[in-house]
Amino acid sequence: MDLSGQLFQLLCSGLTLGGIYALIALALVTTFNITGVLNMAQGEFLALGALLAASLCAAGASLPLAFVIAVAALALLGGLLERSAIHPARHAPGLIQIIITISLSISLRGLALLIWGTEPVALPAFSGGGPLLVLGAAVNPQSLWILGLVALAVVGLHGFFELTYTGKVFRACEINRTGARLVGINPAALSCLAFAGSGALGAAAGIFITPVTLATYDMGFLLGVKGCVAAIIGGLNSAGGAVLGGLLLGILEAFGAGLVSSGLKDALSLLVLMGVLLWRPEGLIGAVAGRKV
Amino acid sequence: MLEIIGLKVNHGWVRALQDISLSVHKGEMVAVIGSNGAGKSTLLGALAGLYKPAGGRILLNGRPVTGKPAEYMVRQGVSLVPERREIFNSLSVLDNLLLGAYHHYRALRDAVREDVKRVLDLFPALRGRERDSAGTLSGGLQQMLAIGRALMARPSLLLLDEPSSGLAPLVVREIMAALAGLKQTGMTIILVEQNTAAALKVTDRALVIERGRIVLSGCSADLLNNPRVQQAYLGRVRAVRPAAAL
Ligand SMILES: Nc1ncnc2c1ncn2[C@@H]1O[C@H](COP(=O)(O)OP(=O)(O)OP(=O)(O)O)[C@@H](O)[C@H]1O
Ligand SMILES: [Mg+2]
Repeated sequence: MDLSGQLFQLLCSGLTLGGIYALIALALVTTFNITGVLNMAQGEFLALGALLAASLCAAGASLPLAFVIAVAALALLGGLLERSAIHPARHAPGLIQIIITISLSISLRGLALLIWGTEPVALPAFSGGGPLLVLGAAVNPQSLWILGLVALAVVGLHGFFELTYTGKVFRACEINRTGARLVGINPAALSCLAFAGSGALGAAAGIFITPVTLATYDMGFLLGVKGCVAAIIGGLNSAGGAVLGGLLLGILEAFGAGLVSSGLKDALSLLVLMGVLLWRPEGLIGAVAGRKV
Repeated sequence: MLEIIGLKVNHGWVRALQDISLSVHKGEMVAVIGSNGAGKSTLLGALAGLYKPAGGRILLNGRPVTGKPAEYMVRQGVSLVPERREIFNSLSVLDNLLLGAYHHYRALRDAVREDVKRVLDLFPALRGRERDSAGTLSGGLQQMLAIGRALMARPSLLLLDEPSSGLAPLVVREIMAALAGLKQTGMTIILVEQNTAAALKVTDRALVIERGRIVLSGCSADLLNNPRVQQAYLGRVRAVRPAAAL
């Protein structure tokens, strides 16, 4: 394969990776804007969704059915966790709330370990056939499914927040909480819905990536951290920023691993995070892209 | 319709309201005046459900509503236009108004559209700006929007916190005229104002709050001529010819 083909190959895997980070960042930023809580357990939603779907498939359910059940279950779990762990601490300082979500993440990982053990589980690819040859690079069809989900999530969320009354209720709450309460909006109810939505989106993302990455009980940890980095690169306040941040991080990792050393992959995102926090704590993209609160 | 008995509200260690008792009848328009930090905003905030009282009782149409949250008070017909307006800056003017009707939006969809028209009739200056972001409006228009948003909830008790603050005299006059019009429709209104002269002109009754207590109350026209009020809140020039103040 010539150099340009190789570079294109890296770009493709970077976009796939980035798409996953973008989905996590999107869920993080959306809940953060509405609830003020940075949910460090978001990665666990991916892991649990994927593991649950894999078990359902192994038990004989079709993939679409397993998908629907896992997404619904994680939405329920997200809402329940918000009610039981986040809501009681809604007046606590942000640091306490983050620590709560970190302990949720650890507990959920422990729960997954108990139920599913350490063995990786697989899901079938959504569409059959070998890799597609595009411009001399081999593209895994599942990558297209992942990018499709990213596009769907972005368009869906954008449409929801810009065009629907309920979407505007959420925005009102994030723009001005006092104003929202004065028109009768109950921010606590929205917070619960936001976590349910994160659970659903997380489960969907987990199921979409499992045919490529396999699912393990601890897959959520690094994914959650990377999603956080992507969200912070994006400025933590805009959906567009989160997606761009995710894609940027994925491409950077793919090129770092492909051109320099594969050991660099995970270190790179932390280096990027430190760089962004030191140089532009408000995010690289947030100020320009998407809607600012 | 509103009965406040021995109301106490604290902000942390600050005793913002101590023993406020007051009753307001349906259709009455009451002014609340007092210097900075007297506790006026705290009183309205407690009525709107933003602050939980440390003591005392609030009765609305005979039913206890003490300590209920803001979401509940809106449903009971109490709407607050807060001091800082708290409009949704990055949403359009129309969206701000529609969100004002949040608690009955689904039930009264068509009536809500009618209410938007009514607000635009009340504040014609907002007409033509429906699609603009609320944050791009001038201060006067933002205040009109804040009042309009509160009206969209169809309140029976409207609370206004310094609607004239920072606005040009012409705009103040427009807003006060709109409030007088609302009073004509039978709405009960409590108006907190720094612009004492303007407030005493449009209201029936007024009370003066100092350091969390009601120190003076009476008919607005009488207070306008009360030497103590003239000296403390109207300033000498206006005290000589109160009629020229508006
Ligand atoms: N959120 C708060 N936290 C702490 N103290 C507060 C808070 N809000 C008000 N206070 C204090 O409570 C007292 C009453 O304040 P309040 O805002 O009710 O006065 P006000 O009459 O509305 O004044 P102004 O004319 O400046 O609006 C003041 O001493 C103020 O400093
Ligand atoms: Mg005040």
